[in-house]
Amino acid sequence: MNAFIVISIIKAAVVAFVLLTAVAYLQWVERKVIAHIQVRMGPYRVGPHGLLQPLADVIKLITKEDLVPPYVNKPLYLFAPFIAVCMALLAIAVIPFGPTINVAGYSTWMQLTDLNIGVLYILAASSMGVYGIALAGWASNNKYALIGGLRSSAQMISYELPMAIAIASPLLLSNTLSLRELVGTQAGGIWHWNVLRGPFPQIISFIVFLIAAFAETNRVPFDLPEAENELVAGFHVEYSSMKFASFFMAEYLNMVTVSAMATLLFLGGWDPLWPAQYGSNLIPTVIFLIAGLTALYHAANPARKMDKYTFPAFGIVFLILAGIFLLPIVQSWLLPLFWFCAKTGAILFAFIWVRGTLPRFRYDQLMRFAWKFMFPVAMLNLLVTSFLVAWVS
Amino acid sequence: MDVILFLVFAIIAVVSAVNVVVQTHPISSAVSLIGVMGSLAVLYLLLGGEFIAAAQVIVYAGAVMVLFIFVILLLNAGAESKSGRSFMVQLLGVPLLIALLGLLAFFVQRLFPRGVSVHFGGFTGGTAQAVGKALFTTYLLPFEVTSLLILIAILGAIVLARKEID
Repeated sequence: MNAFIVISIIKAAVVAFVLLTAVAYLQWVERKVIAHIQVRMGPYRVGPHGLLQPLADVIKLITKEDLVPPYVNKPLYLFAPFIAVCMALLAIAVIPFGPTINVAGYSTWMQLTDLNIGVLYILAASSMGVYGIALAGWASNNKYALIGGLRSSAQMISYELPMAIAIASPLLLSNTLSLRELVGTQAGGIWHWNVLRGPFPQIISFIVFLIAAFAETNRVPFDLPEAENELVAGFHVEYSSMKFASFFMAEYLNMVTVSAMATLLFLGGWDPLWPAQYGSNLIPTVIFLIAGLTALYHAANPARKMDKYTFPAFGIVFLILAGIFLLPIVQSWLLPLFWFCAKTGAILFAFIWVRGTLPRFRYDQLMRFAWKFMFPVAMLNLLVTSFLVAWVS
Repeated sequence: MDVILFLVFAIIAVVSAVNVVVQTHPISSAVSLIGVMGSLAVLYLLLGGEFIAAAQVIVYAGAVMVLFIFVILLLNAGAESKSGRSFMVQLLGVPLLIALLGLLAFFVQRLFPRGVSVHFGGFTGGTAQAVGKALFTTYLLPFEVTSLLILIAILGAIVLARKEID
């Protein structure tokens, strides 16, 4: 019992630390990717290639003046950012990152806790998250913030329906609500993942889920609650310092949660592309080997002044990483973690890619799209899936 | 442990429920109502009804209350002014409340005699599978009739809204 408590506390601390660091760097990645899409350099000043920019941003946000306007509803104004971050962090608790690992004789899952209603728990946490935005908009006592909160709550209600229905179809195939078992039923290669699995591949519900996820996290092209050219900054216009940072963090945490959900529900969680006996264990090694050799090639033919020093360093780091993935001791937990992060990262990249590509929807388009297209499509998909599942079994 | 959790969330539920009535601003009342729904979900969880607990949070706290708050924001409802209490309320309010609570306590005492206590982990029929099986076998007819009733209510709402627009 005692060991269980200690392990749980350590796991919670590790997950929280890694997650918050990842969220800070996700923002750096987003700025860099958007910059390169728009043929700019992006953050470049703080650290090499702006790598210390997240740290500088955190210091800036903490040391800024924490202003509470005199005309706000104080209890709710202070409560709103708190609830936004809390609900975003709560959802992470049931997400499994990999199978069991053995640390100093103890065997534990790479997951904080497994609920047999895990999927419903995440839906509940994400549906509570909207209060942070809606109450912030109201408590700010500002017309722009109010309209932002209003739009956000309407958008969340509308897109939660297609999202929940899109989630229901892969659950019919997997026949469980526990996220850990959900991955277990998809083991054995890409053709067993719910997105490609018989009797009815869930490609449609995967796409519906992703579109609804964009709306649920208030991202472009559905970022109407914070449309700059109409609402200044939307629901968080009256917030400063760490309270503003909380909303920012909540948005990125929600992005990570939703991407992890898509990975677990549709893309087989931590399972590799094809079974290990056909050599999928070598994929990370091959990727890092190619990266390392490319870096060393460019170090031998330097195009810029600093390339003589930076490229060899990165090349050696990549080669060491390639070697680490071959060690049998770490392979048992490093490989699942690699696959999970690769899939989640790919979806996160899609989030950023879409932000750099698509313009914002108009409000009536947003609503029409949700109710007249997404909802019927998700419903039809669920109907066909359930008939086929009942017919096969 | 479960007794402590029960007491904590029961107190939160009761205090929030009283707060719903006492607050003058609709938003404060709505937020208190969310507190009631959330603590009720925890109480369901303590009884072993995990699916009902999740449904409580998703449907009531997550969807119904968001809609309430949306309407309050949309109409921009202000705080209501308290009217003075009438003579009858001042005279009979407290005695009637005590009488009601006494009657409730009496009936609960008679209906559920001592010795039948509920404890955490005593009930295991609250999983999603068990609820689904019960809904589609034992209670199929009530379930379908209720869905039909809700469908009729939705159709009625659309018809009424149509009339307003035309």
